[in-house]
Formats: sequence, C-alpha cells, structure tokens
Amino acid sequence: MRTLGNAAARGRTAFALAALAAGLLLAGSAGASEVVVYSARSHYGQEPAIDAFTKKTGIQVKSHGGNSSELFERLRAEGDKTPADVLITVDAGNLWNAAQAGLLAKTDSPEIAANIPAHLRDPQNRWTALTVRARTIMYSTKKVKPEELSTYEALADPKWKNRICLRNSGHVYNQSLLATMIKRGGEPKVEALVRGWVANNPTLINGDTKILESIAAGQCDVGITNTYYLARILAKDPAFPVAPFWANQQTTGTHVNVSGAGITAHAKNRANAVKLIEFLTSPEAQQMFADGNFEYPANPQAAANPILVKWGKFKQDDINVAAAGEFQAAATKLADRAGYK
Amino acid sequence: MAAVLAAPVLVVLSSLLAPRLDVWQHLWRTQLLELLGNTLLLLAGVGAGSLLVGTVLAWLVVHYRFPGCDVFEWALMLPLAMPAYVIGFAFLGLFEFSGPLQSALRDTVGPGIRLPELRSWGGVSLMMTLVFYPYVYLLARAAFREQGSATLETARSLGRSRARAFAEVTLPLARPSLAAGVALAMMEALGDFGTVAIFGYRTLTEGVYRVWYGMFDRTAASQLAVLLLLFAALLLRIERASRGRQRYSQRHRHGPEAAPIVLRGGRALGAFAACAGVLGLAFILPVGQLLVWAVGALAAGQVAAAFPALLANTLTLAAAAAIATCLLALTLAYALRLHPAPATRFTSRLASMGYALPGAVIAVGILVPLAAIDHAVAPLLEAALGRPVGLLLTGSALGLVYAYVVRFLAVSLQTVEASLARIPPSLDDAARALGAGAGGALRRVHLPLLRGGLGTALVLVFVETMKEMPATLLLRPFGLNTLAIEVWERTSEAMWREAAVPALAIVLAGLGPVLLVIRWSAAARR
Repeated sequence: MRTLGNAAARGRTAFALAALAAGLLLAGSAGASEVVVYSARSHYGQEPAIDAFTKKTGIQVKSHGGNSSELFERLRAEGDKTPADVLITVDAGNLWNAAQAGLLAKTDSPEIAANIPAHLRDPQNRWTALTVRARTIMYSTKKVKPEELSTYEALADPKWKNRICLRNSGHVYNQSLLATMIKRGGEPKVEALVRGWVANNPTLINGDTKILESIAAGQCDVGITNTYYLARILAKDPAFPVAPFWANQQTTGTHVNVSGAGITAHAKNRANAVKLIEFLTSPEAQQMFADGNFEYPANPQAAANPILVKWGKFKQDDINVAAAGEFQAAATKLADRAGYK
Repeated sequence: MAAVLAAPVLVVLSSLLAPRLDVWQHLWRTQLLELLGNTLLLLAGVGAGSLLVGTVLAWLVVHYRFPGCDVFEWALMLPLAMPAYVIGFAFLGLFEFSGPLQSALRDTVGPGIRLPELRSWGGVSLMMTLVFYPYVYLLARAAFREQGSATLETARSLGRSRARAFAEVTLPLARPSLAAGVALAMMEALGDFGTVAIFGYRTLTEGVYRVWYGMFDRTAASQLAVLLLLFAALLLRIERASRGRQRYSQRHRHGPEAAPIVLRGGRALGAFAACAGVLGLAFILPVGQLLVWAVGALAAGQVAAAFPALLANTLTLAAAAAIATCLLALTLAYALRLHPAPATRFTSRLASMGYALPGAVIAVGILVPLAAIDHAVAPLLEAALGRPVGLLLTGSALGLVYAYVVRFLAVSLQTVEASLARIPPSLDDAARALGAGAGGALRRVHLPLLRGGLGTALVLVFVETMKEMPATLLLRPFGLNTLAIEVWERTSEAMWREAAVPALAIVLAGLGPVLLVIRWSAAARR
C-alpha cells in the first residue's frame, strides 16, 4: 500500500517535471509578436501599463520576475542565448551595472528622448528611467518644525544627536544617496558628513516603512526614506504624524533614484522591445505608473498622485542618476570607513 | 557523483584564483574582525540554544507523561516550517519600540520604559534558536526512542539516579544525533541572510552581500564566502570528532521502549510550561500574527489569483527535491560505510558544506557551470538539428532540483549517517555471511532499521525546499513561481499583510509531512 503510494507520487513528480521542462522549451521559442521581459519591479504588483501595451499593440509580453542582482547574473550567464528582450530593474546603480557589463544595447529613440529628461537616462542611451523615487528627510509633525530642517548635510549637526533613524548602509538606497553626493562633492566632504551622522548616534533600522513607524512612535524625530513608503501609509491612515521635508532645495536639490528599463544586447524581438519602452515612457503609461505605486512619473507630462501633489513641487538633484552606479562601490567603502554600519 | 554535487562549492573556491587584495585590505581595516566575532557569537548562541531546547524537549516527551505531551511530541516540530526571517519580522512587529506591546507599556507605565533591544546578538540568536531547535529535537527524539528501556534500567539498577543515568548513558549514546542536529542548526545560521539583514546584525554572510551588491564585486564576495566554507568545515570536523572518539552502536533496542514516568503536580506543570512556552514563542505567536495579517489581506481581496498553481509548483518541487536528495544521501552514506575511500569521503564533505553558504552564492555556483554546459552543447545540437536551440539546463526544472540537492544534501546526509552509525557493523557481516549482497543487505537489513532516519530526512528536505528562496529565484524556469517567491516578492516591499497568506500556506503544507513521519516512526516502533 505504502509502496504503491510512493510509486504513484514518483510518477506524478516525473510527469510534473516533464511538463515543466516542456513549458520551458515552449517559452524559449519566441513567437512573432511578443516581447520577453525580465523585471525586478514584478513585486510591486501588477503593472497595468504592460497590460495596456498588449491591449494597444497586440504584442504579448512575457514576464519573469526576480531581484536586480540575480536577474543580472542570469542575464550574464545566459549570454547570447537569453530569452530576455528587455530588462526592467530598480535603482540606477543596477542599470549602470548592467550597461557596464555589456548586457544592454544602445537604443536611439527620439520618442524616448522626448519623453524622459536627460538626467534620468543613460548618457549613452542604453537605459531610461520609468519612475522616479525621491529620497528625502522625513520628520515627526509632533516634535519637529520644518523650519528646523534644511539639508541632508545639516543632519550631522549635534542638535540631532540621538534623534535620527537611518537605514543600514548595506542597503542600496543610502548607497545611491551617498554615491551621487560623492559625484558632486568628492569623497572627503561626504566622508566628513557621514562621520557627522554617525556621531549623532543614529538608530539603524533596515526598512523604510519601519523607519516611518519609528518616527511616528517617537523613537526618533527625523529619518531619511523614499517618499512612496509614506504615501502608502498615508493612503490608509491620513492622520499618520510624519511629513516629508524636501531636502537641499537651496543647494543641490533632493536626491532621486529611478526604476528603469533597457533593451538586452541579444534581444530576439528588438523592434517590439523598442515599442514597449517607447510606450512605457509615454504620458499614458506614465500616468498608470504614477497612480500605481505612489512613485513620481519620469515623464514630466504625467501628473503625480494627489497625495504627492499635496507635498508640493520640489527641485530634483539633476545630476545624471548613472552616478549612483558609478560611485556605489566608493560609497559602500566610504560608509565602512566612517563607521556607518 | 559526489564530484557533480561538489561542483558548485568548487566554483566558489575557484574565485580564489583571482585574489581581490584591495577588497580584503579594505575589509580588514574596517570590519573583518567584527564580522568574524559576530559570526562566532551567533554560532555559539544558536548552537547552545538549539542544543539545550531540542534535547530537553525531546527528553521530556519521550520519557515523561504530562498533560498535552502527545500533542507536543509532534507539534514541537512545527517551527521548522517557519522561515527564520518571517518569525523575525513577526517578533519585530510585536516587540519593537513602535510595536503594540511597547506602545501600550509607554501609555500605561510611562514614556521611559523600554524592552531589551531585539536588534542585537541576543535577539537574532533567540529567533534562530526558535526555528532551528527542531533539527536537534527531531534527531534527539528518534535517538532516545531507539534506545529502549534496558540501557536506562541497567544504569538505574547499578545505583545511578535518573539524572545521572541520563547524563552518563542516554546522552553519550545519543551524541551522534545531537551533534548532527546542532551542526545543521549552526550551518543554517551561518548561511542566513534574511534574518540578519532585518535585524541589522552584521555577520560574514551579511558581508558577502555587502561586497556583492554594494561593491558589484562577485569575485570578492565569493572569496569572502570561502571563509564561510572554512567555518562549515570546522563545524563538520568537530561534529565528526565528537562522534568518532567513541563508537556506540546498538544491536537493537534493548528491551521494550522505556515506560514513561507519569508526572504530577508541579513537575507536570513545569514540563507543560517548558513545551508550551517554546511552542508558543516559536509557532503560535508568529502564526497568530500571520493570521491577523492574512485576514486583513483576504478581506481586502489581495490574494494572488494564481494561488493554487503556486501551491502545486511548491509541493511538486519539494517532493522531487526530497526524493532525489534522500536517494543520493542514502547511496553516498552507504557507499561510505562499505568503502570508506578518502576521496569519496572528502567530496561528500565538500558537497555538504554547500548548506552553510548563503543561498544566492551557491545558486550562482550552480548557474555558472550549467550555463557553461549549455553554451558548449548548443553549437553541437545546432549543427545536428539545423536550427537554433535555446538553453537546456539553465532555467530548467532539472537544474533547479539539482540546486536543491546541493543545498540540502547536508541535511539528509547528516540525518541518514547518524542513523546508519547506530547500526552495528556486525549486522552487515552477518547479512553478508548469510549470502546477501551489498544491495540485499541494504534492502533487507539496513532500510528497515533506517526507516525513522530516512523519514526524518525526507521531511527535513521537503520543508527546507518549500522555504527556499534565493536559489529558486535565480534558477527557476521562466515565469515559474512558488510560495516562497511570493512571500519574498511581498516582503521585499514591506507588504507583510499580503505576504501572510503564502507564508501560512508554507507552514500548513509543512504540517502534512511532519504528521506523516510521526505516524511512520510510530509504525516502525511496533
């Protein structure tokens, strides 16, 4: 009886595995009107913009999700045999890294260039931003007046001792922030700044949402997070006592990062891939991105979500976001030296 | 065969061929000692914690009767199905400064009150002990059961108190199993990234990711991972040593199973409280939190429509991995017993060490050779077929199952070897003298005796595979999703409510095999 059960289970397993393998072979053979996407944005939920693309053009989009670093490794290992036509990933550093490794091909499209501002695109046109994430200072509306705040640098002032929550330096968000600062001001200046933060004995919390909750609960008075995490909370709880302060408005502008897309070097459906990215950067699709995850649209013609509009317009740091990748390793090492864990 | 299994570990080792001295210098100046110290502390905490909790609980449920002990006997295995980072997040959510408990305390007692910081060595060690102690518990329980009453009775009749008999007879006899369990718990702690990342506790594994993701330097990251391999080798070495100095094997259970002692009054309450306390912290509390989140997600209609497919994929992969891994472990363990050739021994140890590597590192160690084979074979196939072919192994189900086998070989090999070690070699000789071949002896003598151990190994690999995320993420066939991937996709965006349903499904799906192995070992005892 038990042996029988086992044999049946093994039979079923073998069948399922064969089915999986067959499915894979089918997925590998590219049809005429499709485009294959590797996406590190998959976990933000359904992307209505991609569904809209299929509806509009009849081109089927096949997506495979993953995280940025692992999709990079997979793409690199697959080489010229990769099924992927488009790589969609988060953080400019990852886009820069993929381009640097020769995984992305140059795409000169006047349409994309018209849709997206130059500082949000690769200078060599190997990738473009799809959405913009602003990373700025968050403060407790109960304990801090906005007049007390000015710049990221000013958080190194001793008056913030024991009052700051920061994300751990191992996370890419703060690495990108530091990397763009290095590009602008050079390492010595940024290292002094980070030492100042560390001297203020920040509470390190590895999660933007957690940092916002800690500010609300009174564990700290200020922090640095991406704005869409706050928007998500405010959408459910409008009374949440934390507000964004647009950092560095009188100086460099608030740090922004992007999620973005590029066409792979060995794309089999290149024409469709170009069409997809042109569509994703168009005002129509950008409006869907903006409404979906409370990120800012990369195309200035699309309007941000009403919650974001209430926070007012702000000056973005207009340094090319590729700097986030170019100086990421330097930023990580700098944080290590400054004792920022 | 052992060489194929050791290939990914060799890929990691091969990174040493291109030494990244500048990165090592940087690490040495800034953090290497801290990372090493933290890692050692964590290993000590998790090792001691799971040894203590696992052994005491197994001893209680095997040798005593008290209220609820029948339920505890199986329920205490359940935390195994809980991914460590999930319990970590549930605890942080409940007990951190902004959590409901501390908020309520500040409102009632006063604003100055603080609970001990969970984001610390103690907090991380506690989390990992709570989910890794079942390795020790499972193996200790099986070992205590197999000992029977006669050994203990003999010690008692020689005037030993019950406590001394436990310390001098029961524990040494169970030592191979306890050591195997502790080694598994410590290796898992060594390779963990999810938990240490949310707790901000910097270990070597955290360093590997910092170098890989933060400095875009996979070669240097692999070199740092070689340190993890050294740790794992040391662990296995100590484990072998603790097992090898004295060889204990029992011909068969001496006497009927020990009649458990019925506890009453305060002692019964104490035993109950110990079991209930551990189960409450390690299982009921986090599952309760998950349930609260899941209800919220269900009410908001945020459950993936593809849920049945996710469940089916997860179960199929887990079953395939469990069967493949255990068959290989049995073959390897038996081959080592028959012909303990140094080369085989060495490669099987090497393959076992994959368990202590962070999942993503071992996954790349698998991806690289698979892709190399694909790229080498493709031109030949294309010439033969006259049309372009895609990738055959990379991103195939076969490649993924291979990854699971490599990742979890240690789990099944440890378990099977520990059971095999308790079968006296004289039984092999007797079987051979009676004319049985190696295969016959395995089938008719060893397998029946190994049933409990093999069952345990199957369940362990099954549950581990269901929880596995990094290798699945990297190596899965195009578009294939599992429950663990679903949990990861949600949690990586801090959407804990939405992650609760698939996380609960993993826990529930783990229940089935756990119950099965209990029935199995109960049947084997009769």
